Parts: sequence; C-alpha cells; structure tokens
Amino acid sequence: MAALSINNVCKTYANGTEVLKGIDIAIEDGQFLILVGPSGCGKSTLLNMIAGLDDISSGDIEIGGKRVNDLSPKDRDIAMVFQSYALYPSMSVRKNISFGLEIRKMPQGEIDATVERVAQMLQMTHLLDRKPSQLSGGQRQRVAMGRALARNPSIFLFDEPLSNLDAKLRVEMRTEIKLMHQRLKSTIVYVTHDQIEAMTLGDRIAVMKDGIVQQFGSPQDIYDNPANLFVASFIGSPSMNFIPAQVVESAGVLGVKICDDQGCVILPLPHAQEKMRPWLGREVIFGIRPEQITDARTAYREGLPVMSCHIDVIEPTGPDTLVFVSLNNTKVCCRTHPTEAKLPGHSMELVFDVSKAVLFDPTTEQRIA
Amino acid sequence: MAKHLTPGRIVLYAALVLMAIYYLLPLYVMLSTSVKTLDDIRGGNLIALPQSITFDAWSKAWSSACTGVECGGMKGFFWNSVKMAVPSVLISTLIGAVNGYVVSMWRFRGSDVLFTLLLVGCFIPFQVVLLPMARLLGELGMANTTSGLVLVHVIYGLAFTTLFFRNFFVTIPDELVKAARIDGAGFWTIFFRILLPISGPIFMVCVIWQFTQIWNDFLFGVVFAAGESQPITVALNNLVNTSTGVKEYNVDMAAAIIAALPTLFVYMVAGRYFVRGLTAGAVKG
Repeated sequence: MAALSINNVCKTYANGTEVLKGIDIAIEDGQFLILVGPSGCGKSTLLNMIAGLDDISSGDIEIGGKRVNDLSPKDRDIAMVFQSYALYPSMSVRKNISFGLEIRKMPQGEIDATVERVAQMLQMTHLLDRKPSQLSGGQRQRVAMGRALARNPSIFLFDEPLSNLDAKLRVEMRTEIKLMHQRLKSTIVYVTHDQIEAMTLGDRIAVMKDGIVQQFGSPQDIYDNPANLFVASFIGSPSMNFIPAQVVESAGVLGVKICDDQGCVILPLPHAQEKMRPWLGREVIFGIRPEQITDARTAYREGLPVMSCHIDVIEPTGPDTLVFVSLNNTKVCCRTHPTEAKLPGHSMELVFDVSKAVLFDPTTEQRIA
Repeated sequence: MAKHLTPGRIVLYAALVLMAIYYLLPLYVMLSTSVKTLDDIRGGNLIALPQSITFDAWSKAWSSACTGVECGGMKGFFWNSVKMAVPSVLISTLIGAVNGYVVSMWRFRGSDVLFTLLLVGCFIPFQVVLLPMARLLGELGMANTTSGLVLVHVIYGLAFTTLFFRNFFVTIPDELVKAARIDGAGFWTIFFRILLPISGPIFMVCVIWQFTQIWNDFLFGVVFAAGESQPITVALNNLVNTSTGVKEYNVDMAAAIIAALPTLFVYMVAGRYFVRGLTAGAVKG
C-alpha cells in the first residue's frame, strides 16, 4: 500500500509527438484512481510510465514517497492487470500465479500458501491446474487478477481489464473489483475509456484528453461540476444536453432563453448571477443533464420552470423513458417516468431543474458558471 | 457437397491423377532403376518394371562406389553432411530465435533498420559471397573444414531464421512481455520460460527450412570443402561423374536416393508442423 504522486510528467516521443503535457495527479494510500478518456488521450501511456514500461521524458513519479523514475518495473513494487490478460500460455494457472513469486525467490512453502489463498479468494481453486487456453474470458480475467493479488504489491495497475468481457460479465467483475478494493484497501490505478466504470469504481477520477488532465476530482464532483464542455459531455450517460442559448434579464434575474416551435421561456439561473453578468445579451452554451428535465411527477420540488414541448422520439429504457424534444433547434434528451411520458407527436409539460445547470463559453468551451 | 460423381468431378480427378503420375514418375524411375541389375537396365526400357530385385547397387553406393579416386561409397560423405547440417540448423535456428525476439519485443533505436538489413541477406545470391567468404575462412584457418562450412551456413541462414521468428513473435501480444517484466523476469527468463515454450510450430518451420537448404546445398559444399570433408551433394556429383568403363545407373540412382532420404524423412516427420507453423497466428487470449 502506498500513496502515488505524479508531478508535472511529460512524455515526448523521438519524433516530437507530445503524448503527455504536464500531468499532475496525487492520490493517497488506499485510494482508487481512475484514468479515463477517449482513445489516444495518453491514459495508457501514463499507466505504462507508472509501471516503468515507458520512459518518463520529464517530471517525477513517486510511489510511497520514493522517486521511481529510474527504477525498473520489477523494483517498483507494482502489479498490473492487462486488457488481454497476458497470461503465460504455456503455464498452468498455478504456475501463472506463482511465476512472479518464484522469480522473487519466495520460499516454496510460502508460494504454495499464497497461491492457495489467492485461489480461494477468487474462487478458482478448481482451475489451478488448467492452461489459460482452457479457460473462459471471465476465468482468465480472474487469473490475471489473482496473479496481481499474489504479489501483494503497494500499487495495483489495471489497464482496461474489463473491455474484453461481455456486458453482463463486465458488470459482475466491476463489482468484484470494487469489493476487492474495499476489502484490501489497496491503492489502485485503473485505466478505462468507459465513463460508467470510471464513475462506479473510482475514489478519484482524472478525465484526460490530448495528453492533459481536463479535470481531477471525485466522481460526484466531476459529474456535478464539470470543468469544461469536454468533461461534461464525456461523463454521464445519456450525455448532458448542450443548448446554445442567449443570456437575458427578466424581472432583475438573469436567465437563458429557451424556445421551441410553440414559444419561448426564460429559465432563471439564480445560482449563477454574478458569473453570468458579463455575458448578458450574448450566446452561451447551456448545459443541463437529462434527469434535470423531467415530468411534473418526478420533479421533486415545486416552483420550477415548466415548458410545454413537442415530443420527437421516445426511448423507453425500463426504469425511465427518455423523451427527445427540440429546443433552440437542438435535440434535447429528458429523463421521465415511464407512465408520465407522452407519445411522439404530442406535447408534454417538462419541468426544468436548473439548480445544477451549467454554462460554457461557446468559443473556449470552458465553464462560465 | 455433391456425393456422386458428376462428369466435372471425373474430369477433375482424371486430371489430378495424371498430374500425380507425371510428378511421381521420376521417383519411380529412380527407385526401380536402383534395384535393377545392369543387364536389366541395358536390356529393358526406362520405365519397365525390374525383372528381379537386387539391393547390390544400394550397398555399393553406400560403401564401395568410387567418388573420384576414393572408393568408399557415400557412407563417409553422408556423415559429413550430418555433421555439417545438424549443428548449422541448430545454431542458426537458436540465434535466429534470439534475433527475432529482440527485433520484435525489445525494439531499440535502429532495430527496424537492422531488421531490414538482415532481410537483405535473404536476397543475396550465393555466388556473390563466395570469394569474400573463402578469404574469411582462410583468415580464420577454417578453410576446407566442416566447421568452416557450418559457419557459412549459419551466417547465410540467419537472415531466414530471424525473419521467421520475428514474424512469429510480432503476433504475440506485447502485454505478455510487459506482464513478465513486471513479474520480475529478465531478458533471458522471458525468452526461455515464456516465449520458447510457445514457439514450437515456428521452430519446426525453421528446422525444416534450414535442414533442407543446408543438406541440399551444393555450391558452398563444393567451394569451401575438399576431399574428406565434402558433403554428400558434392560426393554424389563426383560419384556420377566418375566412370570406370561401364556407367552404373543403378548405383547412381541408389546414391541419389540416399542423398535425398534425410530431407524426405524430416519432411515426413515434421511436415505437418510446417504448414501449421507458417500459418500459426497469435496465441489467443
């Protein structure tokens, strides 16, 4: 177990490509860090650098307060789980787990005990003598985790460990990983491109894009207070609605003007008055999550702005029905109660909970309020 | 699939059978001639069945036929070839495996250039290297020795074995090597304990390819080995060209088959791995 700190880390390839441009992340002992972002954002490179599989161009990485820049992977006290599992094909499961321990010259008795303990923990005692080719995807995943667990490292590194599994298994394994973290209180760095995995697993999330950490914070903080348009659009499913809208003043309160083909309403944003002031009369991007536009029954507060909207499409998901309407000529997704949703072609009263709505600068895409 | 014979099928099979006969005919002629007596050969025609079967020609070819002034048969030269081919095959395959491992898994600055240069080695004609190689062997004091011939074949074979192993190893996920590095395994541990155990198919490809090339080589053998240390291909040539009055076709044929047997044997034992090895893909999962 150890804290991890990444200080101003850069990675530049020999051909001049900058993959990482000054990464600063620090987590405490026992925290679960998620590196999330679209492909090519540098998250896997960063993980490889923490592992010591890639050189650091500049900056420092510290594990447990010790600078590890120049240590080889085997001396960093880490274990890694790979996307392809990377099980040694010629070795039995038992051998796969014990290989790293043998190389570290652990006494045979201790190795056997460790393998037994890990196998029991992951409920795969009956698989120990099989070869990786005789295992299913989920079982391979388990063995890969077992191999990492057996080493009892100070940091676990996970490189998209669930993306080769089918949807159902992925959810199961997700819970297991979380359970394992709660039990072992281990420090984990976990790379994924899946924002749901990021939200559900992480204590801390670093949202990355183009080699820069766009935002670093707790899952709820990132969900509620996205730093910019990219983070807001990347985290959350269905994605946040982005409606181009004008900032107007009505009865001394600033708000945004939202229209559909039947008319306009002004949504006052009392929580953001100060920051909106310079934007009066100008166009901003109004960001509101689907669950913040809903039917009157689901909206739990009185006195919220209401607008009657023409429904284009509905998508029932079971617990909710997603209603799509057109506001300011933009497709907008609203999450409503299944029994309250009207049919396409009809109009429906939608309640806007603007207390968590956000505003972005349309040119810089940075958060205004 | 239609089970019964349609006219198209019959034509197809007839054509295939004809072609098979065409290709097998030389082998038949060699085999049948080698068991005929000289009288039989002179009396009958080439493809006639032997009137009586005798293995005299075989034993003469093996132990007493004349290759130039020596009259000890192919025996000694056969073992020369074995002594040349086995070490050459093993050494070139092992070095090729390490080379392939490095250029696929441990890329360094310039490793692609190095690999390309090695590939060029596949396209260099034998004749080009004869003179420089002769000089090198002379300098090393290995001229006209079997070990000199082994050196030549190892160097020449490296380009091919490296290519084979490199192409095999690039299909194996890098993550395997990364995982082993994190587990604490070093360069050689990864090579011997992780990669070699799964390289069986490509090993067979290399062994078959190299053995066939080296056993069948004539040019290097005739240039870099002399007298006692000649390989069997050179001896076969000498045997056929040495005539003491009567041309003994049956002995020539028997000697030729003896010279060809080892490659046939290797192919029959390991041939099924050849195709499998060439098409072997990544280790899935």
